[in-house]
This record gives sequence, C-alpha cells and structure tokens, in this order.
Amino acid sequence: MSAVIQNVIDGIAVGSIYAALALALVLIFRSTGIVNFAQGEMAMVSTFLAWGLATSGVPLALALLITLAVSFVAGMVIERVLMRPVEGGETLTLVIVTLGLFIFLNSLAGWIWGFGTRAMPSAFPDSAVQVAGVRVSLESVGITAVVLGTVGLLFLLFQRTKIGLAMRAAAVNPESSRLVGVSVGRMLMLGWGLAAVLGALAGVLVAPQLFLDVNLMGGVLIYSFAAAALGGFDSPLGAVVGGWIIGVTENLAGTYVDFIGSDLKILVPLTIILAVLLVRPSGLFGSAEVARA
Amino acid sequence: MTPLRLERGSSRHLAVRLIGWGALLVVLVSLPFFNQSYTVGQLTYVLAYAIAVLGLNLLVGYSGQISLGHGAFFAIGAYTAAVLIDKAGVPYLVAIPAAGLVTLVAGLVFAVPALRLRGPYLALVTLGLALAVPALIKRFEGLTGGTQGLTISAPSAPGWLGFLEDDQFLYLLTLVVAVALFVLAANLVRGQVGRALIALRDNEIAAETMGVNLARTKAATFGVSSAYAGVAGAMYAFALGIVAPEAFPLALSFGFLAAIVVGGLATVSGAVFGALFIVYVPVYAGDVNEALTGVIYGATLIIFIYLLPGGIAGLGRGLVRRVLVIEDRPPGTATRSPTATHTPAGGRLAGEG
Amino acid sequence: MIKGRGRVAFDGEDIAGRPSEWIVRRGVAHVPEGRGTFAPLTVDENLRLGAYVRKNVKDVKADLAGAYERFPALAERKTQPAGSLSGGEQQMLAVARALMLRPRLLLLDEPSLGLAPRVTGEVFEVLRTISAEEGTTLLVVEQNANLVLRFADHAHVLETGRLVLSGNAEKMRADPSVQRSYLGR
Repeated sequence: MSAVIQNVIDGIAVGSIYAALALALVLIFRSTGIVNFAQGEMAMVSTFLAWGLATSGVPLALALLITLAVSFVAGMVIERVLMRPVEGGETLTLVIVTLGLFIFLNSLAGWIWGFGTRAMPSAFPDSAVQVAGVRVSLESVGITAVVLGTVGLLFLLFQRTKIGLAMRAAAVNPESSRLVGVSVGRMLMLGWGLAAVLGALAGVLVAPQLFLDVNLMGGVLIYSFAAAALGGFDSPLGAVVGGWIIGVTENLAGTYVDFIGSDLKILVPLTIILAVLLVRPSGLFGSAEVARA
Repeated sequence: MTPLRLERGSSRHLAVRLIGWGALLVVLVSLPFFNQSYTVGQLTYVLAYAIAVLGLNLLVGYSGQISLGHGAFFAIGAYTAAVLIDKAGVPYLVAIPAAGLVTLVAGLVFAVPALRLRGPYLALVTLGLALAVPALIKRFEGLTGGTQGLTISAPSAPGWLGFLEDDQFLYLLTLVVAVALFVLAANLVRGQVGRALIALRDNEIAAETMGVNLARTKAATFGVSSAYAGVAGAMYAFALGIVAPEAFPLALSFGFLAAIVVGGLATVSGAVFGALFIVYVPVYAGDVNEALTGVIYGATLIIFIYLLPGGIAGLGRGLVRRVLVIEDRPPGTATRSPTATHTPAGGRLAGEG
Repeated sequence: MIKGRGRVAFDGEDIAGRPSEWIVRRGVAHVPEGRGTFAPLTVDENLRLGAYVRKNVKDVKADLAGAYERFPALAERKTQPAGSLSGGEQQMLAVARALMLRPRLLLLDEPSLGLAPRVTGEVFEVLRTISAEEGTTLLVVEQNANLVLRFADHAHVLETGRLVLSGNAEKMRADPSVQRSYLGR
C-alpha cells in the first residue's frame, strides 16, 4: 500500500513540473489562441542560461532571478518580432513557425553549449522526510509548493489587478479592448513574456532531476501538452490538475502495468491527449471556446 | 525578354513536354553510371525521401491536414518490408507494395480519429504518433529486433540486368517507383481529386456544399499519403540496409515538414527540392558544426513560410514563366486549321489537342 | 478599398490614422455596432475596463457607483458574465462602459440595432439624460431616422455616402420633403 502512495506522491511531484510548463502553454493559448510548440525549447534555453550563470560563480538565487528577467524580455521579443506578423493567420503557418522556432532553439543551444549532459544545481536541499512509510523528498515538496504558489500569483494577477484584467480583455475581445484604450499588442507581449518566465521556472525546477541537456524539455513538452489538453487549454487550474493526474497515472502505469514498463511510459500522455481531444476537447476545466477550433 | 507562348494541348506544347521530361529522364537514369557508389547511395535516399515528402504534401499542402507524424508511417513501411524479407522470405518486389498496403491501412485507421481534429490539435496528435511508433517498435522486440533492429541485404539485380552493380540497381529501382508515384500524384492533383482537396483545404463548408464528401476525402488522403510514406520507407530500408528505432526519430517527421515548406506547399515538383534539402543540408552543415543543421532547418522553415510560401518550386515556376508560358486557348476563337469554317463557341474541333 | 479625402479632427486636433488607444485618451468613447461587450467578463469588469485609461482611482470608484445608480439593472447583474445579459441590457452596459471614461465625445454606432422598440426608447432616454446632465457631446449613427430626429439637436443625412442634408433636427423633422423621403409620411 505504501508503495502505491509513494508512486502517487512522486507522481504529484513530477506532475507539478508538467503543470509548470503547461501553465505557460495555457497562458499563450488563452491570450492568442496559439499552441506554442516551441515553449519547451524556450524553457530549455532559459535553463541553460541559469546553469551558465550559476556555474560561473553567480549565486543560484541571483542567477535564477536574472534568468527569469531575461526570459521575460525574450518572450516579449519573440512575440513582437516572430509571431505578431502571423497571428490570426492560417493555422499551418503558425504551426510551422513555432516548429521552426523549436528546431532553431534546440540546435542553437547545442551550438552554444554543446550536446553533452550537465548537472544542474538544485534550489532545494537534498534531503527527505519519512511520513508513514513514504519517502517525500524536500525537492518534491519544494517544486509542488513553487508551482502552487505560482498559480496563486497568476490568479491574483489576472483577477485582482488592472493589467491582468486588461490582458484578459485583450484575449477575449481585442476590438473592444482598443476602444477602451488597452494596447492589445502590448498585452500580447506581456502574455508571451510571462509564459516564457513560467517555462523558465519549469526548466529550472526539473533540470536538477532530469539532468540538463538540449533535449531536457522535449520529453516534458508532450506531458505538458497532455496536461493542458486534459485540464482544458484555457484553464490554468486545469493545467495543474491535469499535470498531477498525468504524473500520477504515468507513475502508476509504469509500475503496475506490465505492457507499459519503463519504455512505453510515453504512451500515457499520448493516449490521454487522443482520448481528451476526441471525447471532450474542452478538457476538464476548459471553456467551450477550446472545442470550436 | 518576352516569353515564348504556347497553347495548351498544341503539338508544339506536346513537343516541349516530351523533350523536357525526356531529357530529365535520361539524366536521371544515367546518373548512377557517372558517379561513385557513395553518391549513388545518397541519390537513392533523395528519391526515397522525395516519395515520402510528396505524400506529406498531398496531406498538408493540398488537403490542409497538418501532420507531424509522417515519420511514423515511413518507419512502419520500412519495418514492414524488413520483417517480411527477413522473417518471411518475401521477395523484394513484393515487399514494396506490401509495405504500401500496410501503411495505407494504418493511415486509414489513424484517419478515423484524425477526422475530428483540427489544426494544432491534429498536429499534436500526429506528434504523438511520431513518438509512439519508435517506442512501440522497441517494445515488440520479437518481431522488430528491438533496439538493435533488423538488417537486410541490398537487393541485387536479376540475371538479365546482371551488369548493374547493387547500388546502381537499387537506385534505378527506386527511380522507377518514384517516377510511377510522381506521375500518379500529378494526375491526381490535376484532376477532380486535386480540386476537391484544395477546396477542402481552403473552405470546408463551401467544399461540402459543392458535393465534396469531407470525411471520405480526408480519410482517403490520409491513407494515400501514408502509403507513399510506407513505400518510401521500404526503399529507404533497402538503401540503408538496416532498420532500427533510432533511424526514425522525431527529427525525421520535422524534416519532412521542413521539406514540403522549402520545396513548395501544394506542388508535386517541390517534393524533389525538399528531399534534396533534407539530405544535403545535414551533409554540408554537419561538416561545419553538428548543430548547424538544426539551426539552418529552423531558420529556413521560418524564412520560407514568411517570404517564400511557394517554396523553391514556386520560385522555379516563376523563372520558367519568364521563358515559357502555356496558355489555354480562349473560348470561341478560330483554330489555325485551314479547313475550319466554323468554330462553335467555347468548343474544340475534333482533331485538335 | 475606397480612399478618403479630407480631415477628421476632434476639438481642432487631427485624429485620422491615430491608434485607438491614443484617441481614447483624448476623451472619445465608442459604443460599437453590436455592443462589443466583453462577454465572458463580469458586468463589473466590463465597467472597470471603460475607465482603463483614467488615473484617479477614487474618481473611478465614484463613477462606478454612479453607473450602478443610473442603471439599476446592471447593479443587479454585477457579477454575471456580460454575455448572459439581454440585448437591451448589453446596450446599457456598453453605454455605461463608455461613460466610465468621462468622455467629451461619445460615439454610438447603430444603438437601436437588434433591439425591441420599447428598449430602444429606453436607451435613447438615457442618452438624452446623459447629454443634458453631463454635457457630453453625442455622435449617433442611426438608421432609424424617426427615432433619432426626436432626440438630436443637429442632424446630418448621408445617402450612399454623400452628405445630402444638414441642420437643426427639429426643423428637419417638420420639413415635408424629409418626412416623405426618410420618415415615411
């Protein structure tokens, strides 16, 4: 029994990481309707930046702060330069552009930092607690806490601040937003900047466990897509719940379903994506808007 | 300089076409005899990829269904051929259509859920397919040889063509298959099917009112596109000599997508340019830096979709148009035949075209 | 696209070609055709967005309270999503939102569109009150000539894009040729 609980706990911890990247995906989808295939690679580059700073002597906390700030700016620039001209256009174009960005960033990182694996320092101490026969690492608790805290902050931002309201308005009705003086372009940039920060956060949280290389986020991306799909592409709460469900399911399936074993764990998110999109495209918490695409 | 104008269907038009394609064919057939074995091998890969890219273009460029999973069908075709040859002793020439058939069915099966999905969601699900297939291949070790894969020896020329080296024979075999499939595709897109696909891509609702059966057309396109990938995969397997999961990474599916953008969406000839792109860029870029290939791929994808949506084929067409223009005969004009005394409006006289 | 000639000026300032955000800051509020409410957002949020460019928080709060007083139906539906309101209520919401700007000029595009006659009457009563109480200038584009001539001070008649008549609204209403052409008498 405690083995099952262990799996669940571990699942929640890893699910929080999927949730973190999924939050970024949801943020961009909500504000622009775009599915950003390059979100993971953006996060990976940010993580490498953090690693580079941390290993050249910058204290970890400061390195993380700088990384988040740089990621914010980079996200804004990408929206303004790369995405703005094609936003609202053909889906194929959007998919190709984000894919092109994926490929570009992946190789750019390889060019700058090479294709080897690096060790990423963790923000959390390397210890664990025993609770009723279950081992809970401080890192897992820390990650989950950070993700929950982020969701809380996002909630406050969007529901309780003027700028958050403006961002929601721009996403919901750009025309009317302009009529009340909201600069829609600026809101889009903010959305992408924020999403980039969320992605960077996800990368920095997961890198210590999965080891840092250019393909770090590639694997996480598909899980995060599944989390976003399951939760509803426009629901931040859904992203978190979805992430947890996927993390737990993956762990349990990997341990208890022979067919899956450790090779086929990837089938879990893939099946979930297929099932959700076919049966209930709006996901658990998403709005009907998602389904109409 | 003013372009040469030819009437579509006139004898001069036919002559130009004959000479043009004939010359091209002669060049293609003679290539293996004037190049080293390594280059011949490369060109065989180009041909195989071209078939796959053409298939993907039918799906994405013509019918507007985005697929990131083409590599999966490519892999299925390759493995089908390899398994049939290795485990069942099936002759090579049977393995090729068999691979096509299996992937056709696989494509149709996959089309069923795919029909309900649009745009980025379809892309997402096909991405899943591209990831799932290599994983499944590894799992079913007994059949597929797991991570190590299966080796197959290259086919050798039959007795009456015994003067051909193995690599030359394989190249020519692939060329024959490629030409056949290209001609088929060209006919498909030029006719009613092609128009239906484009109508489907541009405006589904309008297409339906014009009598295009959406579901059937979409599914059929998926099937045909996958079959092309499967046949290509089989030829690729022969050329490579081995099938293993690492030979079909996600990058392959991305490469195919890049190829159709670079070659030219919704073109038939674009497939060749695209295939050349994805075979030779890694070769040259790899010399400079391992990472350069990806950087070029990514940048090219974005640049092309922004600036050159017609791809290289589009560019090529523009250039050709400066020199040669094929016109339809305007309706109701008199023909040049001296025996004509009356031309029915909009009609063609018997014996013309 | 038809190219235009001439100027568009507000209070002497050229505004043609300027971004909407800039024009709004000059005190011009626009109630678009079809209302343009933020459907998934609440009534309260819709109203607060109307005051987006204003800096004085206290004044905005006061105006918000004033809006609820003037439009009690909106007060009742404060936390409901705007999309769940009836056509007439959404029109009131759109007007109220525009007023949150404390605009000098209020533009209304086809306010009667899609509304029942009684509701339209209510809307125009509100507009008349606003004009009288706040001194706001209203520029109303309306197809319903009968209705609008009763409330307006000045009127301009456009026929297929050409200005054919301008002048005092009351005089126009009494003019028999106008009555024949546009008022159906």
